[in-house]
Amino acid sequence: MTRTLARLLQAPSVILLLLWMVVPLGMTIYFSTIRYQLLYPERSGFVGWSNYEFFFTDPAFWPAILNTLTLVGSVLIITVGLGLAIALLIDRSFPGRGVLRVLLISPFFIMPTVNALLWKNMMLHPIYGLFAVFAGFFGLEPIEWLKDAPLLSVIMIVSWQWTPFAILIFITSLQNFDSEQKEAALLDGAGFRARFIYLILPHLARPIAVVIMIQTIFHLSIFAEIFVTTSGGPGVQSTNLAFLIFAQALQGFDVGVASAGGVLAIILANIVAFFLIRMIGRNLAV
Amino acid sequence: MAGLELTSVKKSFGGVAIIHGIDLSIRSGEFIVFVGPSGCGKSTLLRLIAGLETTLEGNIRIGERDVTTADPGDRGVAMVFQTYALYPHMSVRENMGFGLRMNGVDKDDIRKRVDRAADILHLDRLLERKPSELSGGQRQRVAIGRAIVREPEVFLFDEPLSNLDAELRVRMRLEIANLHKRLGATMIYVTHDQIEAMTLADRIVVLKDGLIEQVGSPIELYDDPDNAFVAGFIGSPRMNFLDAKVVAVEGDHTTVSLVDFDDIHVRLELERPLAVGSAARLGIRPEHFDASAEIALTVPIEVIENLGGIAYAYARTEDGNPLIIDIKGDRNVVEGKDFTARFDAARAYLFDPETGLRLR
Ligand SMILES: Nc1ncnc2c1ncn2[C@@H]1O[C@H](COP(=O)(O)OP(=O)(O)OP(=O)(O)O)[C@@H](O)[C@H]1O
Ligand SMILES: [Mg+2]
Repeated sequence: MTRTLARLLQAPSVILLLLWMVVPLGMTIYFSTIRYQLLYPERSGFVGWSNYEFFFTDPAFWPAILNTLTLVGSVLIITVGLGLAIALLIDRSFPGRGVLRVLLISPFFIMPTVNALLWKNMMLHPIYGLFAVFAGFFGLEPIEWLKDAPLLSVIMIVSWQWTPFAILIFITSLQNFDSEQKEAALLDGAGFRARFIYLILPHLARPIAVVIMIQTIFHLSIFAEIFVTTSGGPGVQSTNLAFLIFAQALQGFDVGVASAGGVLAIILANIVAFFLIRMIGRNLAV
Repeated sequence: MAGLELTSVKKSFGGVAIIHGIDLSIRSGEFIVFVGPSGCGKSTLLRLIAGLETTLEGNIRIGERDVTTADPGDRGVAMVFQTYALYPHMSVRENMGFGLRMNGVDKDDIRKRVDRAADILHLDRLLERKPSELSGGQRQRVAIGRAIVREPEVFLFDEPLSNLDAELRVRMRLEIANLHKRLGATMIYVTHDQIEAMTLADRIVVLKDGLIEQVGSPIELYDDPDNAFVAGFIGSPRMNFLDAKVVAVEGDHTTVSLVDFDDIHVRLELERPLAVGSAARLGIRPEHFDASAEIALTVPIEVIENLGGIAYAYARTEDGNPLIIDIKGDRNVVEGKDFTARFDAARAYLFDPETGLRLR
């Protein structure tokens, strides 16, 4: 009796959540199986796998997958590495530490679009950009970043925004590192390297896992930074999966194919999530 | 094994002087206990010896070596922390072997030494566990084990038993005493616990506000304190202090009258006579009241704490000064009634009320 009542009382929220999830998912799957070209609305009807086939055989598909994985992987390595180094560096008391921390964290509070614009016009611009100015100062030819190294540019932009996130998580975790443990290690004759490898890294295993998981989820679907800077180009050099879907849907006006891409993206995200959760699950067990 | 020599060691934090100049000489193999009120600098002094705080003034020698500026790892000292400070991600074996590993001892040797230490501390069956899978007492033993495998010249303990329950404390206390006998190493031990201090120490160092008040064997400090602070600090419950006034001096005998008990005179033997009329404080330990003694003080009893074998009566003099009396389990003493406590003049100590120094 009480169980039925409990179920009944839970029902509205469960149903709402289900609708929230299932309706868009169902519609995406549905769209991915019909012909849905905005330019020719009169042609419709069930087409089976052909939208998927179309998306798969798109010459941009494999480059987009590769770009997505490169982007996520490089950003993870840079942000975690840099985040660790900076967090360790500022984890001691010195005058101006509070201000420095706020400054270090602040890029994270800038909107991705603004961030991308900022980098495009103030850092990477071949004439006005800071990098070009430096290059000029040393008498070098300025690099046209967005043309010559588009994916690298996007990686830099995203890393700049997300390193603060890693710093923030790591510094919080370092603050509850037991100082007596450090002192015991000092008495045991452990130098900085040994303390880092045997004490600090294991202590940070969990926060590192959390940073990797959260960032992966966000970076699989990076869009604004690419849209604002390179528009996926030149060619498809900086097109990732999210951008490819966008290109299909709104540049190709083909909702059917874009939906098929969407479904593929969901599957990709789930595969990545599966491995991540296993990896993190192992860490959490410690 | 090595002795230890501190010469006018000072320490201040952010301009505030905490340790005001400590001179202390510790013999090789000695068990030294630091006691003193909270915040007096016991831990700081221990950390200075360990090298966890930098010594800017004064000099620290361990054995033949001046270690004043040496790194903590190079001083040949091992420390057992109050919170144990075990490495949570390492097994007991790895915890104990870490120091040896850092010093490049080879694997087989580490294994042997850890096994030996585990044997001494009965940790054999826990070696593969993580610290989180151990009880408090077991963690404590691992912390001690981590110290002994390194075979240091000096062991430092900072309140190592204060997180354990009473029964375990007694057991670990005995184990530490045995360990000291067995290893014969120099040990410095900080504690708040009277019993630990009295039972473990070869010599006790009483600290107050960053200065040494007195150094001596437990019995010396108990029988012959140099000042009112040490007299009050050593012994439990603490010594009673009563205001007194010198009324007569004849040769090496001085007679004082107790201010709270108008007509009671106490005649003491003093080497250095006092001026008639000067003030003094008379100290008498609760356990030195004795029904067959000569001098009688009659006071109303407020509370009795009866522990069975021993019982303490808490009284208050007319002027409101507290008086604690060990009534030796006397069942006839009643709360709310007057009681006559007796003591011998020979058991009383006299102190200068201004400086707190003992008047002998
Ligand atoms: N790192 C530090 N910075 C500033 N002040 C400190 C520092 N360490 C200790 N002190 C101060 O030095 C004094 C002595 O501290 P210490 O820890 O040595 O006391 P203690 O005798 O061990 O006390 P307890 O019995 O409570 O452990 C205290 O007043 C404390 O506030
Ligand atoms: Mg302390």
